[in-house]
Amino acid sequence: MPESMDDSKMTATPLTRVLGILGIVAGVLMAVLGLFISPPDVVQGEAVRMLYLHVPSIWIAYGSFVLTSVSSLLFLVRSRRREDGGRHYDRLAGSAAEVGVVFTGLTLITGMLWGKVTWGTYWQWDARLTTTVLLFVTYLGYLALRRLPADPIVRGRRAAVMALISFINVPIVHYSVDWWRTLHQKASLSVGRRPEITGEMYWTLLYSALTVTIVGAWLIVHRYRVIRLEEIRDEENLKMLISSRGHERPTGSAADGEVS
Amino acid sequence: MLTEVLLLARKDLRIERRAKVALGQVAPLTLLIVVVFAFALDANAPLLEIGAGGLYWVAVLYGGTLLTQRAFELETEGGNFDDFRMSPIKAHSLFLGKSLGLFIQICVLELVLTPAILLLYEVQVADWWLLTAAGVAGAVAFSVCGVLWGVMAAGLRVRSTLLPLLLIPVLAPILLAGSRAFESALGIRVDAGWSWTSLMFVIAAVHTVVGLAAFGFLLEEN
Repeated sequence: MPESMDDSKMTATPLTRVLGILGIVAGVLMAVLGLFISPPDVVQGEAVRMLYLHVPSIWIAYGSFVLTSVSSLLFLVRSRRREDGGRHYDRLAGSAAEVGVVFTGLTLITGMLWGKVTWGTYWQWDARLTTTVLLFVTYLGYLALRRLPADPIVRGRRAAVMALISFINVPIVHYSVDWWRTLHQKASLSVGRRPEITGEMYWTLLYSALTVTIVGAWLIVHRYRVIRLEEIRDEENLKMLISSRGHERPTGSAADGEVS
Repeated sequence: MLTEVLLLARKDLRIERRAKVALGQVAPLTLLIVVVFAFALDANAPLLEIGAGGLYWVAVLYGGTLLTQRAFELETEGGNFDDFRMSPIKAHSLFLGKSLGLFIQICVLELVLTPAILLLYEVQVADWWLLTAAGVAGAVAFSVCGVLWGVMAAGLRVRSTLLPLLLIPVLAPILLAGSRAFESALGIRVDAGWSWTSLMFVIAAVHTVVGLAAFGFLLEEN
């Protein structure tokens, strides 16, 4: 990652361009697989195609929040030992949380559309939906905390503590369908349990997860670099302001004293 | 440590007794909310009876958030956190002391609100023990969460709007559990009232552990 404005004034590198192109190509193939090649479901019919966007979105959101938590922990541990306060961990935590919030929002939107088709309603106050919306709002609060005007290290440390506490919600959301009686179906794929789907649907879902992961990674890298560029801009603006104040002509009694 | 905790709680309560904000302003405001709910629901007695538990906890949530905000406003405005850092008082004691102070204030708020919903919403208590336990559990959970998130927002310029945004999603499970427990205690629904009450104690325990671990760290940054 660049540490000065001279390294790069853009958020792209050859690697991220390749990642971006890969994401577009994979996305097109995902649409073809999900919309045309994968078969309709016996019960849900064509509505099942929402699965290929809905489920990978929440997986990537979970992954992003894991990354936020790990980066936050590293920031807390290492921020006292490093010259720059380990701020790259803080940036990584922030950019991953932003992407996590976007994908949680996407999960909620696709879930509501899917719910309208299958349940006949956009919203049900069942455990999975309710805990997901709480997760969404909690991380919105985390992002609000990150935006506050304060010393970056102080703000970063508070945000890091909040990220670690907020992560408690992630397993609650995931296991809510097992812990409570919910309208929402059980997890389609789960470790240590036979998958609920098989064949083309199974492989399309895994492929969609891979595609959404590429897009998520691409977004995180770009957001990281945007945050870094914003910091460099602010530092340069501050230097310019200090410099311009240094060249100002003295005024008031001090100036009078010089003239006399 | 117990001496420090009691000392700090007594300090907060003495300030409140002199300023009379909890009883003089927040409690009447939450009573007003209970009345306004009745207006909003067109004084529909059956509807108010069904929603009594939930409406009670929404009023506690609002009042408790104001009390939390005030508990940290006093410390921030007076620059007291610097004094705490320089004093031999441990961060653990400060966390528990402020939690105890807030717990007692929320209990007072609940003591004002409980007769209000019984009278205004015309509900009968089916299980006094459950009602009391749920009230205490909710107050404990609220106070430790409030103190943990309160210190997170303390000292920041937009803390008055930030604190509710951070706190309310965390308090939502307490609101849910408290509402269900109260509905059982009021005989509105046959539900696992004691399980919901236990859940509030679990939430309180988790936040107490996190608070004890993180409070000193957060205090350093104020």
